[in-house]
Amino acid sequence: MADPLHQFKIEKIVDLPDVTLPGLGSVDLAITNSHVAMTVAFAAIVLFLTAVTSNAQVVPGRLQTVGEGVFGLIDNLTESIIGHEGRKLFPFVFTVFTLILGMNFLGLMLAFTATSQIAVTATFGVLTIGLVLIIGFAKHGLGFFKLFVPSGVPWVLLPVIILIEFASFLLRPVTLTLRLFGNMMGGHVALKVFAGFVAAAVIGKIGLLGLLVGPLSIGMVTALTALEFLVAFLQAFVFAVLTCIYLNDVVNLGHGH
Amino acid sequence: MDAAAAKLIGAGLATLGMIGAGIGVGNIFGSFLTGALRNPSAAASQIGNLFVGAALAEALGILAFVLGILIYSA
Repeated sequence: MADPLHQFKIEKIVDLPDVTLPGLGSVDLAITNSHVAMTVAFAAIVLFLTAVTSNAQVVPGRLQTVGEGVFGLIDNLTESIIGHEGRKLFPFVFTVFTLILGMNFLGLMLAFTATSQIAVTATFGVLTIGLVLIIGFAKHGLGFFKLFVPSGVPWVLLPVIILIEFASFLLRPVTLTLRLFGNMMGGHVALKVFAGFVAAAVIGKIGLLGLLVGPLSIGMVTALTALEFLVAFLQAFVFAVLTCIYLNDVVNLGHGH
Repeated sequence: MDAAAAKLIGAGLATLGMIGAGIGVGNIFGSFLTGALRNPSAAASQIGNLFVGAALAEALGILAFVLGILIYSA
């Protein structure tokens, strides 16, 4: 049976010569299947949003309704979690959401899922936490550290609470990264394992038992694919919600909670 | 014991941590349904909290899964 982890292997499609950058050392610029998957997702999103907005009407057609639905979903999210200031952060949350959603969906239809690479999800996690840090320090200066001191805590408990809050803040980018990565990778491994059962039944590797295992497994693959579409949307949504919550912590520092 | 066999057994044992995530996520959705059926009018406003809670509980199971994959491919 083929290795279910083979699908996550990065392969070079067009090999370009290495470039030496100052401070970074030698960088491999080859166009890989991961690169192609991300570019296709990016192009699909731009084409979709162009098609949605090019022929905008007061009474929306089918396509425009879908586009406005996606737009409204994120707009509601930033408005309800961050509040009035959320409008300014809407572009970032919307970009992250659509890009993750596009890569998740295309991963189910094409051969390669970009979000099942820890390098890609780590970039999203670092971007989000980087924006949180930048907004926090730009808005509050050193008052940013009040984030680790919740109000109304007895002073005896304060050292412990500060330590816990600080550790949980450090873990945020890690969990953001691993949640998306683990969900996409786990789902695709499960799909491939059941697809492998179908293949083993078809080539007669398990004998007459294949008559039972084959149909059951292919039903399972169908059901899992449907579940994966739900997971693909849910993980993009959860990433957007958590981004909003982390941004809210620094935008409305001190009043809120 | 053969080192390769021990590695595979270890990877399998590491994924047992996902049991906890299963209990946690099931508990969250079960509690949500219990509450939602008693007061359906308040259910819609709690969907966001539901998914955030499920995602946070799930993250810990995913950590176990990632550990399993790391041991498997180490």
